[in-house]
Amino acid sequence: MKYSISRFIVSNIIKNIFPRKGTEYFVLVGFILVLLIILMAIFAPFIAPYDPIKKVGEILERPSGKFLLGTDGLGRDVLSRIIFGARTAVLVTFLAVSISLSFGVLLGLLSGYTGGKFDTVFSLVMDAMYSFPGLILAIVLAAMLGPGILNTAMAIAVIYTPTYFRMVRGLVLSLKESLFVEAARAIGAKDRTIVFKYIFPNVISSIPIVLSLNAADAVLTLAALSFLGLGLPAPTPDWGFDLRAGHAYLASRIWWPSTFPGLMIVILTLGFSLLGEGLNEILNPELRR
Amino acid sequence: MASLRVYVIRRVLVAIPMIFILLGIVFFIMRVVGDPVSAILGGHAPQEQIERIKEQLGLNKPILFQFFDYLGQLLRGDLGRSLIWGQRPVISEIWDHFPATLELSICAFLVSILVGIFTGIIAATNFGRFFDHAFRLYGIITYGLFIPWIGIMLQLIFGVYLGVLPIGGRIGTLMEPETITGLYVLDSLLTLNMESFISAIRHLILPSLTLGIYLSGIYTRLTRTHLIEVLNKDFIKSAWARGLPKRTVIFKHALKNAFIPILTMMGLQFALLLVGAVLTEITFSWPGMGTLLFERITYRDFTTVQGIIVFFALIVITVSLLVDVIYAYIDPRIRY
Repeated sequence: MKYSISRFIVSNIIKNIFPRKGTEYFVLVGFILVLLIILMAIFAPFIAPYDPIKKVGEILERPSGKFLLGTDGLGRDVLSRIIFGARTAVLVTFLAVSISLSFGVLLGLLSGYTGGKFDTVFSLVMDAMYSFPGLILAIVLAAMLGPGILNTAMAIAVIYTPTYFRMVRGLVLSLKESLFVEAARAIGAKDRTIVFKYIFPNVISSIPIVLSLNAADAVLTLAALSFLGLGLPAPTPDWGFDLRAGHAYLASRIWWPSTFPGLMIVILTLGFSLLGEGLNEILNPELRR
Repeated sequence: MASLRVYVIRRVLVAIPMIFILLGIVFFIMRVVGDPVSAILGGHAPQEQIERIKEQLGLNKPILFQFFDYLGQLLRGDLGRSLIWGQRPVISEIWDHFPATLELSICAFLVSILVGIFTGIIAATNFGRFFDHAFRLYGIITYGLFIPWIGIMLQLIFGVYLGVLPIGGRIGTLMEPETITGLYVLDSLLTLNMESFISAIRHLILPSLTLGIYLSGIYTRLTRTHLIEVLNKDFIKSAWARGLPKRTVIFKHALKNAFIPILTMMGLQFALLLVGAVLTEITFSWPGMGTLLFERITYRDFTTVQGIIVFFALIVITVSLLVDVIYAYIDPRIRY
């Protein structure tokens, strides 16, 4: 009896880990990719075979048993730099997404709820920022702010704030007319209570999808900024920057210092976008076709 | 047609505050977020040099005056002068580089549309089968690709290992055709310069593929979704029932009806096309606006950077205006 119960539990777990629908595989694969890279970032010092910012071999050594992914133009181990680069990517993406999320949601709540001139001005500014090519805005901001983790994250955060703002404001506008909000107002609830206790919880559910798609985009934007040398200062392991540095050796058939950092960018972005796409289809079944 | 005219006028009027807000944002970023003087001089400069630069850029006036000076200059079409290399007017720097960006963007746009619609059709007509899943995945993967990385992979395969295509630049040395439009492919055709024409095309292939592949995924997905929807409609069933050939049903009946959302996306993708062009240009040393922006940021040429951003802002507004007007022309329901 005991045996069959445990088998039932195990088979149920297996069923839940390995879903049958294609879309659920998207979420699973996306989740695993993102999780792996986050773990890589956390445990970087234990996984990486060498110090990522020290010269440990000859310059531009081919991938071999000693250096699995070869060495770069300064004789540093490409594998170790990739592993430590995950830290930069994860940290900056996390900061950028958190900053834009907090500002976007807060401003969206306030602007949508108060309405009037305040709302008009904010919506116009946010729309203008939203219509502007994001990366170009980030490039100029990063150039004006100067290098550094927080500055880079801010430059990236600015271009995603309007996304949250527009989404939240739209929801607030429709929620604010709904019956339960009116009821709350009727029993004398304060504005702050209405916004944070009644409206906010109804807005949260639509955030995860936008969040993971934005994270995918933020990884690309960070990569682009560091590719242009506007990211973190030099010896910090950074995929975009390493890609750029490796690009110089391409014509002499030295492909490893640029190919691998680029591959990592693609994997992390892919992870986030699979996660977002999958969540989108699961949480919005009417969109599924 | 009168209502179309009214709509266009109204739409232009809506664009005006947008222009001022965007110009305000650019001004804010350049003067308030960043300090142009330290951006130019790099922080540690003697006091008199700082004063001289401030005088030269009009930065010693009150901030509101500066803003109106800047707007006034822009209204006269004056973007100021570059701070380096002979101090050319920024506007002529832009006109020197813009045709390259335009040429690349047009080709990449064509590649993305062709690849996207083609793969979308294959996915939709194989609904639920292998090619459908494969191209759905293609749609998601391309969205996550990093443009310089696609470029580097293509350079590696076609430029370095196969050696069939050049990996950078816009045309072979000393092969530039006479300037008529600034688009090398068009100019070399107009002047019947076959050698330049072939060189220009060969240089264009990899950059446009890079940018085109990146942008194509969204069209794959859109074409697939809408084509599947249309293919389930009664008029398509009746077309099949009448025994029309597959090609006629799909291209003439179904695709035509699935096209409007694809058209919408073309307008929406424009900003992404510009952003993508910047990265593609830098990867392929393509002498366009992106390369100019990158180069001038590196040299701290503050006025040129500001001019380029203003130019980008104006282009984006103009294009969205044009797209809306084209819609209103095609679809009378939009004119409300």
